[in-house]
Amino acid sequence: MILTHFLKGGIQSRSVLTMIGLLCVIAILIPIMNLVVPPASPFHVPDHLVPLFGKYLCFAILALALDLVWGYCGILSLGHGAFFALGGYAMGMYLMRQIGARGVYGNPELPDFMVFLNWQELPWYWYGFDQFWFAALMVMLVPGLLAFVFGWFAFRSRVTGVYLSIITQAMTYALLLAFFRNDMGFGGNNGLTDFKDILGFNIAAPETRAALFAASALTLALALLLISSMVSSKYGKILQAVRDAESRTRFLGYRPEKVKLIAFVVSAIVAGIAGALYVPQVGIINPGEFAPANSIEIVVWTAVGGRGTLIGPIIGAVLVNAGKSWFTGVLPEFWLFALGGLFIFVTLFMPKGIVGLAKKLSNFSRPNITTNKPQSSDGAIAKPAE
Amino acid sequence: MQVSSSLLYLDGVSVSFDRFKAINDLSLYLEQGEMRAIIGPNGAGKTTMMDIITGKTRPDEGKVLFDGEIDLTQHDEAEIAMYGIGRKFQKPTVFETQTVEDNILLSLKGTRNSLPALFYQPNEPDNQRIDEILETIRLAFRRNDLAANLSHGQKQWLEIGMLLAQDPKLLLVDEPVAGMTDAETAETAKLLRKIAETHSVIVVEHDMHFVRDLDVKVTCLHEGSVIAEGSLDHVSSDQKVIDVYLGR
Repeated sequence: MILTHFLKGGIQSRSVLTMIGLLCVIAILIPIMNLVVPPASPFHVPDHLVPLFGKYLCFAILALALDLVWGYCGILSLGHGAFFALGGYAMGMYLMRQIGARGVYGNPELPDFMVFLNWQELPWYWYGFDQFWFAALMVMLVPGLLAFVFGWFAFRSRVTGVYLSIITQAMTYALLLAFFRNDMGFGGNNGLTDFKDILGFNIAAPETRAALFAASALTLALALLLISSMVSSKYGKILQAVRDAESRTRFLGYRPEKVKLIAFVVSAIVAGIAGALYVPQVGIINPGEFAPANSIEIVVWTAVGGRGTLIGPIIGAVLVNAGKSWFTGVLPEFWLFALGGLFIFVTLFMPKGIVGLAKKLSNFSRPNITTNKPQSSDGAIAKPAE
Repeated sequence: MQVSSSLLYLDGVSVSFDRFKAINDLSLYLEQGEMRAIIGPNGAGKTTMMDIITGKTRPDEGKVLFDGEIDLTQHDEAEIAMYGIGRKFQKPTVFETQTVEDNILLSLKGTRNSLPALFYQPNEPDNQRIDEILETIRLAFRRNDLAANLSHGQKQWLEIGMLLAQDPKLLLVDEPVAGMTDAETAETAKLLRKIAETHSVIVVEHDMHFVRDLDVKVTCLHEGSVIAEGSLDHVSSDQKVIDVYLGR
């Protein structure tokens, strides 16, 4: 009862509902267009595009997770890539254990890089990762726990704004350095790769790829439903109150540190799940995912799409990454300049991103809005008359 | 003055910032149900006093007791708010990106935990209370507008409405009529007098007409201490007060 009310709040906005519908459709359509439609047909989606599209969707989940904390709570996290990468590593560890004796060294217990390093037995923190359920739990638990500990200390000490952004960046950088070390036991520089199976299915098979794509699309739809429900609940209103006037909320009796902590942990868990879906589709996870530049890119996707709009970050992540795929094919060395330029352009001329611009344009084309009454319905956080 | 009978008891409170004594051996007692006006020139320590009462600033020394037994110096802003002290700021501070109605909803007395808020369902008692408050502060017609689009005076009222929603035992109201027209000022005085029938109130204000309208006991602060206390006529005829206001 309570849950249905909670979720109903999430689909009140028409744009969110449309996006959820769209994601469910492509979760079915793309696999069909890849597996069933014959290659000669113009509607056929070639094999190499399926994991690429899947990757975009994982990034969209990640951008959506960032939108919860940045768009709705004003926490500009420049370290969200860390949660994504940790989720990815947890999944990568499971995939490594699935290789079994099929590795180059043929050791049934130890992954290749451990044999190479002359390790005799599996480190304790690799225990359990041969079980999918355990890895799936860790995908959520590890990023969630890190976010909890980090947020607990940061928010309690009332660290906000630029200072908070800087320490999130330091967090991901510290993890980058740690994961580069061989004796950490996560494959060092090379990371984890050469995966064979997932849940007993060949990871490179078109059917598996299609299933992973569908899983990514459905996860994105679920994450959107969850986060939309959160931000349109009373908790979401508190969250935005904290964003706009944190100290004011204290004098009403709220504890902003707790309010923020919940959003931060949920966001980190969603980012971790995105990472876990990403790794089997790209076939590798390495410390590069912790690079500070990656986390900054997430911020760019979110800003381009429109922060605080829920569907904006999804659109932004897909468009920017599609642009990146195209750009790095044509003019690889200019991609970072293009990205930087895009960020500056969006910040200066489209402060509310693509979604904000679209909303403005649609308001222009509707001249019958004569009153100067504000549009209290604000995109994704819209609230039709109750 | 008995500690137990007073709602708010400040005794020998001092606080200094960078060796500047913002509050200097301040003592002030407020009875249950009393409304008090606090006047004083700029820099007299009025806002700092409110910061101390609401837990934003910790005093260097002195006692601050609420409701006879609660030592306010040992609690933070959120705890003090939950004990029943509400505050309206000098500069109206409302949640600008949210509707007038939601501003009141967020202020309504009740749990401040996040989990119940996630699953909160609008209900009849809450809606009724919101209606009442909007009626009282005369903003019912702007219910669904964003707070950012209210006029300055309306924002002041909205903030008073948020205070009412909290239903605190003690309301601290900092310059409620700053920037208001005369008509709005008169309305605000009426509103505060009505609130004072059921609550204890401390009002900080510069506007002497407004203070006269309130018709309550007045405390004059200067350089962080009380220099006069009594009826407005008594206080305004005090030589020290005249000196302070006319510049010695």
